[in-house]
Amino acid sequence: MNAPPKAIAGVSTFVDDRIGAGNFLKRNMRKIFPDHWSFLLGEIALYSFIILLLTGTFLTFWFKPSMGEVPYTGSYAPLYGVHMSEAYASTLHISFDVRGGLLMRQIHHWAALLFVAGMTVHMLRVFFTGAYRKPRELNWIIGILLLSLALIEGLTGYSLPDDLLSGAGLRITQGVAQSIPIVGTYVSFFLFGGEYPGHDIISRFYTLHILLIPGILLALITAHMILMWVQKHTQMPGKSRTEKNVVGAPFYPAFMIKSGAFFLFTFGIIALLGTFAQINPIWLFGPYTPADISAGSQPDWYMGFLEGALRIMPAWEINFLGHTVTLSVLIPALVPLGIVMTGLALYPFLEQWVTGDRREHHIADRPRNNPHRTSIGIAGITFYGILWLLGANDEISANFHIDLYTTTWFGRIAVFVGPAIAYWITYRICIGLQRKDAEVLSHGVESGVIKRMPNGQYIEIHTPPAEDIAEHIRGKKEIPVLTSAEDGEGIPPKSARTALGRLRTKMSEAYGTDHVPLTDGHHDGHHEEEHAGVGTGDRKELH
Amino acid sequence: MTEQNEYPESGRVPSRVIGTPPADAPIADTDPIRAPEGVAGVIPPDPDKARKAERLVALLFLVTFLSGAGFVASYVIFQVGTIDRTATSNLALGGTLALALLALGAGLTVWVRQIMPKYNLIQERHEMRSDDEARGYVKETFLQGAEESGFVKHRLLRRTLLLAAAPLGLAPLVLLKDLGPLPGTALRHTVWGEPTKDGKPRRLVVEGTGQPIRAADFNSPGGILSVVPEGYEKDLNALAKATLILLKFRPEELKSGTNLNWTHDGIVAYSKICTHVGCPAALYEQTTHHILCPCHQSTFDAADGAKVIFGPAARPLPQLPIGIDEEGYLVAKSDFKVPVGPSFWERGDAEAEVRENAS
Repeated sequence: MNAPPKAIAGVSTFVDDRIGAGNFLKRNMRKIFPDHWSFLLGEIALYSFIILLLTGTFLTFWFKPSMGEVPYTGSYAPLYGVHMSEAYASTLHISFDVRGGLLMRQIHHWAALLFVAGMTVHMLRVFFTGAYRKPRELNWIIGILLLSLALIEGLTGYSLPDDLLSGAGLRITQGVAQSIPIVGTYVSFFLFGGEYPGHDIISRFYTLHILLIPGILLALITAHMILMWVQKHTQMPGKSRTEKNVVGAPFYPAFMIKSGAFFLFTFGIIALLGTFAQINPIWLFGPYTPADISAGSQPDWYMGFLEGALRIMPAWEINFLGHTVTLSVLIPALVPLGIVMTGLALYPFLEQWVTGDRREHHIADRPRNNPHRTSIGIAGITFYGILWLLGANDEISANFHIDLYTTTWFGRIAVFVGPAIAYWITYRICIGLQRKDAEVLSHGVESGVIKRMPNGQYIEIHTPPAEDIAEHIRGKKEIPVLTSAEDGEGIPPKSARTALGRLRTKMSEAYGTDHVPLTDGHHDGHHEEEHAGVGTGDRKELH
Repeated sequence: MTEQNEYPESGRVPSRVIGTPPADAPIADTDPIRAPEGVAGVIPPDPDKARKAERLVALLFLVTFLSGAGFVASYVIFQVGTIDRTATSNLALGGTLALALLALGAGLTVWVRQIMPKYNLIQERHEMRSDDEARGYVKETFLQGAEESGFVKHRLLRRTLLLAAAPLGLAPLVLLKDLGPLPGTALRHTVWGEPTKDGKPRRLVVEGTGQPIRAADFNSPGGILSVVPEGYEKDLNALAKATLILLKFRPEELKSGTNLNWTHDGIVAYSKICTHVGCPAALYEQTTHHILCPCHQSTFDAADGAKVIFGPAARPLPQLPIGIDEEGYLVAKSDFKVPVGPSFWERGDAEAEVRENAS
């Protein structure tokens, strides 16, 4: 093909004549994207969002966001004639009387679960590889906002069908809102248009769910993409990869088609789930009434940690001067979410403060190479995970025949002890992996060949590691440590003299000190036999 | 950018115009792309493999075509209307859709991996910050613009502008006031306190059937009944506060926490709305008299004034004073003495107040 086909050339010329798109394309068509499996995790969230927009639009064509009472006359026989809200009746209509309606509903729900899950694992990838570091702090914060908004988007969407299960979630939301000190009752009355449940909440949540929050999500996702594009993606350490370049495949055509294929895989898997894995069978729950509930009510997975926090909280309530502060609701509703989200949002800046590192970073860390960060992350996951698990403690109790109150007490203790244990174990694993790396570089890898030495000793021959693996390991960067050294007259630097300053230098030393520096992998003047010896004496010097 | 000094009297004028790009510079800097030294950046595919791969890709694309067509056909063939037919339609539509998407995705992947070249290209990246010249230019321009606008110099303009913005900024918030009425004392009352139209006390009726309950007939110690106020059986706002659980005890079973004056012949009525966050506390264990809220497992002792035994709820389920009317049906003698449901800021320790008033 020597010239672009006329159709493409004509359109391109037309567009370029008017907006100069050629200059943009010239810079960007061959933009290089690095390759690593973990870079695809965020794409799962992105594609789930697109699927949510598509299926959600379909659902709005039939869904009626009204709490007006109607008798059900659709084709789901068990509920025929039952009085229910229009919202619930129209959701039943979509499920049973619109071709493909049930499929779209189930795809929408699965995509929502995958959207939040994709964002979460993507965020963990970014955290553990330090990809949030300068210059990407802004994109990190946009990501935290996206995750928070996704939780609200999920909550509002979950409430729309107005079935008994979604109503239970709504009731808990209202109870939490009402417990807020000073303004709680006002918040609840303004949100619900009066007393719970009122007649407005479904239509209000509908507007939030299909217009306001998706609009903000779309804007923030666009900003997220633009920043990623402008700043270029991080890359894992490896051969010829530096802080000053990106190694990989060009956007056009390879990355573009790969991404398209990944979108199709995501969509295909969600379609499979929507077809074969029933989700939220609202027709089994019946219409909402505040007088009833079914045992074993469970929220969607991303609300589980809040549910768990509510469940394990002891019954603390303070009454003073005719006022009530319900700590047994406030603490679980605000504190875990606050710790996780605020902690995540501040982490890049706290890390900078501790390390004093103001450099740009474009090479991702391997998690083992920043053991304290990795341990903090795993401790956070443990904290979240224990709360999440306890969100289903009734199911655990029923299925594993454990006393219900025992699970609660386990949670109350584990939520504090678990993260500490996880921190320690993770730290040891990281150090162990670093030692392994150092060993691979200094001693090579086992070849499987046993050799008998002239003195009768048996050794296994070690061969130097493959070059790409060696380069990957050598990509380890030192973590800067604040200088706290006293000058000649025994006076530490000014910044380290206050109590906070002393704490900072101490933390910096702990955070940055490299306990397993890599010895160079080159063995000048050594024979293969010599560095092949696997005596314990050799290994000791690594410790 | 002009080099003429238009504001000779002001001191803030850029001394020179800096950072203006020369006319022949590129519109934007392009980060160059190159292959690593001594290695090919674009490695063409093996032509044999590519030929084989093409056949596989074509097959996968054909599968997509057929399943796509199958999807359309399923839409036409499989109608909905009963549970079974909906299930069949769902299976046909979802199955064909998933197959079409997955086969297309697989085809594209084989295409990229086997037919397109392998890439090992290096693109330079530059530091994100602008160079000092650009920063200097922006700073000078900003200061000059601020000077030109007169915003700094004209104090009256600046202050009145800020003043003007304040009410406009508040306006959207004011508009939200009509989202709901003010709470007032709504959370302190339920419909149990309102007499019926003919001025009689309100009857307790069974949730679902709406049958009034004759005290003599409710004679199943250990049983539990969900009860709603007569006349409000379908009013969700009323039910969210007024729903009850009704239990019957043998006299010796009741402990001091239960107010015996509010019972009738061992029949006790508690609010069903959990005092934690408001789920209906619907589960009852007969042998222990424990009421359990399925949401967060707050557990209440029904024989002892529904006091909290376990879980996050901080207060007992309020007890409703009940009695019987002249026909022997259970009625509410008054409203709850304390607010029902989840706690709120204005609530205070209503239970303590009730105890003080009683003593």
